[in-house]
Amino acid sequence: MCVDCGCSVRGKEEEHEHHHVHDNPHLNDSKTIEVIKSLLDKNDHEAAHNRAHFDKHNVLGINLMSSPGSGKTTLLEALKDVADFSYSVVEGDLETNKDADRLSAKGIQAVQIQTGSACHLDALMVHKALHDIDLDTIDVCFVENVGNLVCPASYDVGTHLNVVLVSIPEGEDKIAKYPVMFRKADLVLFTKVDLLPYFEYDIQKEKAALRALNPSADILEISTKDIDSLRAFAQWIDFKKKMR
Amino acid sequence: MHEYSIVQALLNQCEDIATQNGAERVLKIYLKIGVMSGVEPYLLKSAFDTFKQETLCAQAELDIQSQPVVIRCKECNEETTLEVFRYICKKCGSNSVEVIDGEDMYLMSLEME
Ligand SMILES: Nc1nc2c(ncn2[C@@H]2O[C@H](COP(=O)(O)OP(=O)(O)OP(=O)(O)O)[C@@H](O)[C@H]2O)c(=O)[nH]1
Ligand SMILES: [Mg+2]
Ligand SMILES: [Zn+2]
Ligand SMILES: [Zn+2]
Repeated sequence: MCVDCGCSVRGKEEEHEHHHVHDNPHLNDSKTIEVIKSLLDKNDHEAAHNRAHFDKHNVLGINLMSSPGSGKTTLLEALKDVADFSYSVVEGDLETNKDADRLSAKGIQAVQIQTGSACHLDALMVHKALHDIDLDTIDVCFVENVGNLVCPASYDVGTHLNVVLVSIPEGEDKIAKYPVMFRKADLVLFTKVDLLPYFEYDIQKEKAALRALNPSADILEISTKDIDSLRAFAQWIDFKKKMR
Repeated sequence: MHEYSIVQALLNQCEDIATQNGAERVLKIYLKIGVMSGVEPYLLKSAFDTFKQETLCAQAELDIQSQPVVIRCKECNEETTLEVFRYICKKCGSNSVEVIDGEDMYLMSLEME
């Protein structure tokens, strides 16, 4: 149950909480207790709660993750011109309002998360932001995570899908170097592909690396200068929305 | 450095369990950390030593078991322990596999008095 906001939506109740007490005969008063509980148990519980919020309003939640500058905000701006669905953004640019301002200027509702300089968003931060979004009026809610390929990978923020961006100028081997993040992806976007002619970047090799690590992930190539590539992303979202 | 947030959550869990069991202090904490959980055991240890002061875990020792990734093939049921992160069945080569261990982190047990 939601203890932080008192709202009525319930998350999935914990399933695997079982404490067994074994008295240890060798140490007088000490005992060992078997717990078997995820270290992220509290976050996972909050995440389930966020998903319940989304589900209740029939909204698809999408978590966007990448290195700083891979093109998350630009993609969200450009998507406006091709998307048939309406969307809002929970913005995890923690130090400034710049990304939220850019989105607002495009007529996209964006809620800034104010938590100082965290290295990742967690489910509770997103939860607070969700109360400032009118979920009844939108089809899709994006969470733009903090630009970082490490920390956000460990935190379920309560969205339905993870989209991970990797841009051509970042160079090869990002997938091999940050396997945990790319394992978490439902869709990997190779962004700024208009820059391929200017970089030593073997995109087929990178795709093969991704397939070995995460065989079920979908892959798209994106350039904000190519409207068809943006349409393909919008169609992927439409499809996922219909399948829920 | 999300290891700091994870350690805070761990300390809260341990304090809750210790209190529920009427213990005065935690002596040893057993963790299982998947190699694909996104957490570095040595960073976790140093974060733990920083934050455990003035908690019921102040004298506690962390015992971290590193858990490799284990997958099960959906085609032939074979279990494979991954040495490199190629999610492919070692027996039949299928990439239709499910992960059974190595991507999560667990508090396994607590020794307290
Ligand atoms: N050539 C080219 N440049 C792009 C493309 N997409 C984004 N950029 C540029 O990449 C830079 C960074 O883009 P942002 O959208 O701010 O990146 P971000 O991922 O939101 O960055 P953070 O929020 O700081 O992590 C900007 O200068 C964009 O104009 C693209 O498809 N092609
Ligand atoms: Mg941005
Ligand atoms: Zn709530
Ligand atoms: Zn097999």
